[in-house]
Amino acid sequence: MSRFAPLLFRLAEETGEHGDEVHHAVEAGVTSGWAVENVWIMLLLPFVAAFLIVLFGRFDEKWGHRLAVTTTVYMFLHGSWIWYLNITQGVLYEKSIVIAEIGSNWVLEWGWVVDGLSSMMYFVVGTVSMLVFFYAVGYMKGEIRYAGFFAAFSLFAGAMLVLVAAPNLAQLIVGWELVGVASYLLIGHYWEDKTNSSAGMKAFFTNKVADVGLIIGSIMLATAVGSFRISDILTAAEEHAHDLEAVAVVGAILLFFGAMGKSAQFPLHVWLPDAMAGPTPVSALMHAATMVTAGVYLLGRMFPLFEGLAGVEARQWVMWIGAATLLLTGLIALVQRDIKKVLAYSTLSQLGYMVTALGAGAYTAGLFHLFTHAFFKALLFLGAGSAIHAVHSNDMHDMGGLRKFMPRTYATFLVASLALAGIIPLAGYWSKDEILVGINAAEGLPASEFVLWVATVGAFITAFYMTRTVALTFFGQYKGHGHPHEAPAIMTWPLMILGVFSVGVGWVNIPGVYTGFTDWLAVRAHAIVEHHVEGANWIEATEWGVALPGLVAGVLGITIGVIVFGRDEGTQAERDRFRIPVLYPLLENQYYIDDFYLWLVGLIKGPLARAIDWTNSYVIDAVVNGVGVLMAGLGRIVYGGVDQRGIDFAFTAFAGAAGGSGGLLRRLQTGRVQQYAGAFVIGAVLLVIGFTLFR
Amino acid sequence: MELWTNGAGLSLTVVLPLVGAVIVGLTPRASESLQKVVALLTSLATLAVTVGAALVFEYGQGAGFQLGTDRPWIPGIDATYAVGIDGISLPMLALSAFITVLAIIYSWNHWDEPKNPKAFLLLILVLAAGMNGTFIALDLVLFFIFFEIVLLPMYFMIGIWGDKTPRSVPIFGITMETRLYAALKFFVFTLFGSAFMLLGFLALYFNADPQTFSIPGLIAQAPALGALPFAGWIFAGLALGFAVKVPMWPFHTWLPDAHTAAPTVGSVLLAAILLKLGSYGFIRIAIPVLPEQAKEFAPAIAVLAVIGIIYGSLACLAQTDMKRLIAFSSVGHMGFVMLGIATMTEIGINAAIIGMVAHGVITGLLFFLAGSMHHRYHTREMARLGGNLALMPKMGWILSFTAMASLGLPGLAGFWGEFMALLGAYNPLPGLDAGLFRGAMVTGAIGTVLTAGYLLWMLQKVNLGEPKAEWAGHEFHDVDRYEMTAWLPLLAFTVLLGVYPKLVFGATVPAVEALVQTAFGG
Repeated sequence: MSRFAPLLFRLAEETGEHGDEVHHAVEAGVTSGWAVENVWIMLLLPFVAAFLIVLFGRFDEKWGHRLAVTTTVYMFLHGSWIWYLNITQGVLYEKSIVIAEIGSNWVLEWGWVVDGLSSMMYFVVGTVSMLVFFYAVGYMKGEIRYAGFFAAFSLFAGAMLVLVAAPNLAQLIVGWELVGVASYLLIGHYWEDKTNSSAGMKAFFTNKVADVGLIIGSIMLATAVGSFRISDILTAAEEHAHDLEAVAVVGAILLFFGAMGKSAQFPLHVWLPDAMAGPTPVSALMHAATMVTAGVYLLGRMFPLFEGLAGVEARQWVMWIGAATLLLTGLIALVQRDIKKVLAYSTLSQLGYMVTALGAGAYTAGLFHLFTHAFFKALLFLGAGSAIHAVHSNDMHDMGGLRKFMPRTYATFLVASLALAGIIPLAGYWSKDEILVGINAAEGLPASEFVLWVATVGAFITAFYMTRTVALTFFGQYKGHGHPHEAPAIMTWPLMILGVFSVGVGWVNIPGVYTGFTDWLAVRAHAIVEHHVEGANWIEATEWGVALPGLVAGVLGITIGVIVFGRDEGTQAERDRFRIPVLYPLLENQYYIDDFYLWLVGLIKGPLARAIDWTNSYVIDAVVNGVGVLMAGLGRIVYGGVDQRGIDFAFTAFAGAAGGSGGLLRRLQTGRVQQYAGAFVIGAVLLVIGFTLFR
Repeated sequence: MELWTNGAGLSLTVVLPLVGAVIVGLTPRASESLQKVVALLTSLATLAVTVGAALVFEYGQGAGFQLGTDRPWIPGIDATYAVGIDGISLPMLALSAFITVLAIIYSWNHWDEPKNPKAFLLLILVLAAGMNGTFIALDLVLFFIFFEIVLLPMYFMIGIWGDKTPRSVPIFGITMETRLYAALKFFVFTLFGSAFMLLGFLALYFNADPQTFSIPGLIAQAPALGALPFAGWIFAGLALGFAVKVPMWPFHTWLPDAHTAAPTVGSVLLAAILLKLGSYGFIRIAIPVLPEQAKEFAPAIAVLAVIGIIYGSLACLAQTDMKRLIAFSSVGHMGFVMLGIATMTEIGINAAIIGMVAHGVITGLLFFLAGSMHHRYHTREMARLGGNLALMPKMGWILSFTAMASLGLPGLAGFWGEFMALLGAYNPLPGLDAGLFRGAMVTGAIGTVLTAGYLLWMLQKVNLGEPKAEWAGHEFHDVDRYEMTAWLPLLAFTVLLGVYPKLVFGATVPAVEALVQTAFGG
């Protein structure tokens, strides 16, 4: 896969000679500059790194982290530089390199887009990747397939950037499925155990189901416009192009279906909790901070379509699905014992918030939550990993009291939990608040008041399960085995840096005070229409009528959480006292959705596949064999009337010449020559009929 | 250079393998190294000629036939020795020459019982001559001869070097050796199809005015031929012959048996090249000569194609034999090729060609892998395999990579064929029932999910997990040099075609454009 690298570079030079459509930069009062024009370096390096790690990793495993970490440091620098340029001057740049032109109007291209949205993603992916990669050096030390882990991790980083950079839907699909492969490889890192490889399969397979939507949706939209370029599609959407208008709603919904896979929306969320089988750094980077936000990113990228032409008809589904996800998965987080599973369901719930926001038309709010969530959720996972590393168990019932043993992990985890719970002034408060305001301001979306309630209740649930997690893990007496100890510096430093982010990144968008993030994100070729005066996108001031209930819900969640889980008991199980009848078993079994899917897959793989196989042998093949048997019989009859010696002689002669191993061939013929001759004779008869018929 | 202007260069792709076959035939049976060297050199020379042809080929004029000749051959029936290539046949010819070399390299130290390298290499070379010949022939008689020539070597390969375990034929209560059953079924089934194809050829010949077997000549008369009252029957005859070869559902049942029974190299050549003769026939002959009929039959072809996709994938899910699973996967993959062709659009036919090349590269490699694993484990039962990645890491990773490519992973070769076939199906040729084709597109897209399912499931069974107890203490030899030499080019092309599909499209696009323009107008 890493052979992408040198090739793409050469292509740039080759296609340059054609001169047409190669370079396509949009000027928008913007500088381009080296960093923007050379994004390809950032896109290719991870693939090169992955390839080199595979090549050299077997000589010295250290090449794994050397190459991978160096690459992510570069990604961080390059991504930050672009983000800085965007903050200071705004960057808008698009480049496409033609790789094939088919028919009259189809062009396949590789390229990259730099605008507010992709700059933000370059920055987030670069920063979080670097910190998590550093952490992984400590976490994965001494683990099996150390180098291979970093190769797949680098592959992910490259694929994610290919996805983010995509100027056209075809490239987006390429990056989209490649991150899926990286995810498959990393979830199944410990593939000796079948649970892990099944989890990897489940992730890949669920995403593949969703990809059907992405692919068909892309084809519909691209066919209507005659181009895979996102900018062309969005231009057509702005101009209300007739052909696009006809398919816009269905196409947009299908794209969203694709997004539901990667961003794990209900009911395609089932893969994400299982994905926790992968090493914790993988969960932090891919299954919390970046990869799972790909669906949200897609919605953001195509937002002018969702906002305009596809409109409420498409967005209402986005909002409802998002709301269902945020509530239903948040509830499941309450009953998980595995600390990573709690965080996984929490991630699902937060992705639900982002999707709800975009559905409600709150572009900035949804992506702002993506931005803040990436930092504090990565931190939560890394903190959980640190705890798991110390107690050698994922089960919170084996933990308790870790506060004393792991002060740094505790402090950073607490900060991130408060940020996630939406406590002012930490990062999560500002983004969640904006989402609530955005839903409140939504226009023309059925049931948006109800969704606002759901989101507010969701804030309560979030605070409640995080309090439970913090209490069970860090407070009370230690109930596990051995002597837990703080993680090494290479793991705690990333925690602390992410801790700083978790506190501060929300401050870049404070309504009425400083709304830099809104402006930075607004830099794009196809503007997001400001359709609210004091609405979702450009918030002028905090709307306390909405913000306050959200904040109160969070505080209430923490308070009740402390009351329920605060007291220490003899065992962790006794402390874990959230047991509501009916609801509890339902949550524990994830509403039986997994069971339903298992049954369905079993049905396809078992009875249906066997029925097809049976049909093949006993129906279709029976006809074939029947004809064969009939022909053989017929052949024998005809054979009697034909000069046996003649045919036999010719055949033997040929066989002898062909093989020089007559013995073998003759053994083969024995008993078969009749059918063989029969076949020839029937062929000849048919020929004669043909000649006479058509003469 | 005269070599390229008088058709001699192209003819070498047929002559060289035949000469090589004669030389191999003349060597003493014991001098195996000599036979191998001769075979390898011959195939390399053929590949060199193909590469030469690709270099002098004028891509801007991909529409017309190039580097060919047209000479009198059998005056009595107006058959001529007409050869030539265009942008459609060039990639196929290159694929054929390329895979032949790799097959011979792989054969270096992999011999299925009863070994006999002399006979086996000779058959490969005859097969190569037939395959290359089919792709350069521009005369129906010549085409038919080459098309049929490939049957014999493959028949003997399966029948002699094939799987000796007994196989019972359900319902009829017959039990025979798998290789005999498979070889016979392959031969007779294909011959059955060919008979109808030949009828079609003859009908075209007798109804053309002037009578001709020349493919370009017949294409020029397409309107008159299409107006014949029984033109539909002619198309059906051609289509049946090609459909058996592809194979399209429900004419596919020879394929799993032939593939499973064949020796490794036989399966590789069968999957990589022989199947393509059918789909190539559709593009080369059936569609341009009888475009109106092709259009009439297109919905039927599309429906059979998607049935093949779903049916093949589901059948894969039921397999317990790794090689048989890979064999069945061809039914699904060729379904995408046929779906692309059925759209009768530029995008669809381009999709079909890159799909054919990609399938040749990827499934060829899968069969190599299945063969090498069988060679080591002496079983293909997936239930007994497992933990291959731990026992033979290189083999395991190559298998994983190839399976990923086979499931149509974007960025690798298999993606473009599937994706563009779906793209074409969304908007088929004007006049075709768009609703039906869109249904086919959705069904095909669902097929990609099932494809991912059976390949991932195969990987999990074969590659992952702890090795089974029965292999404890066994020393497994990971991928050897010959295997690596044969496989690395395939791996490289899997990536190259995925990242830079222009390698194929550069040749095919102008040719397909001209084909669709001529056949269906502007």
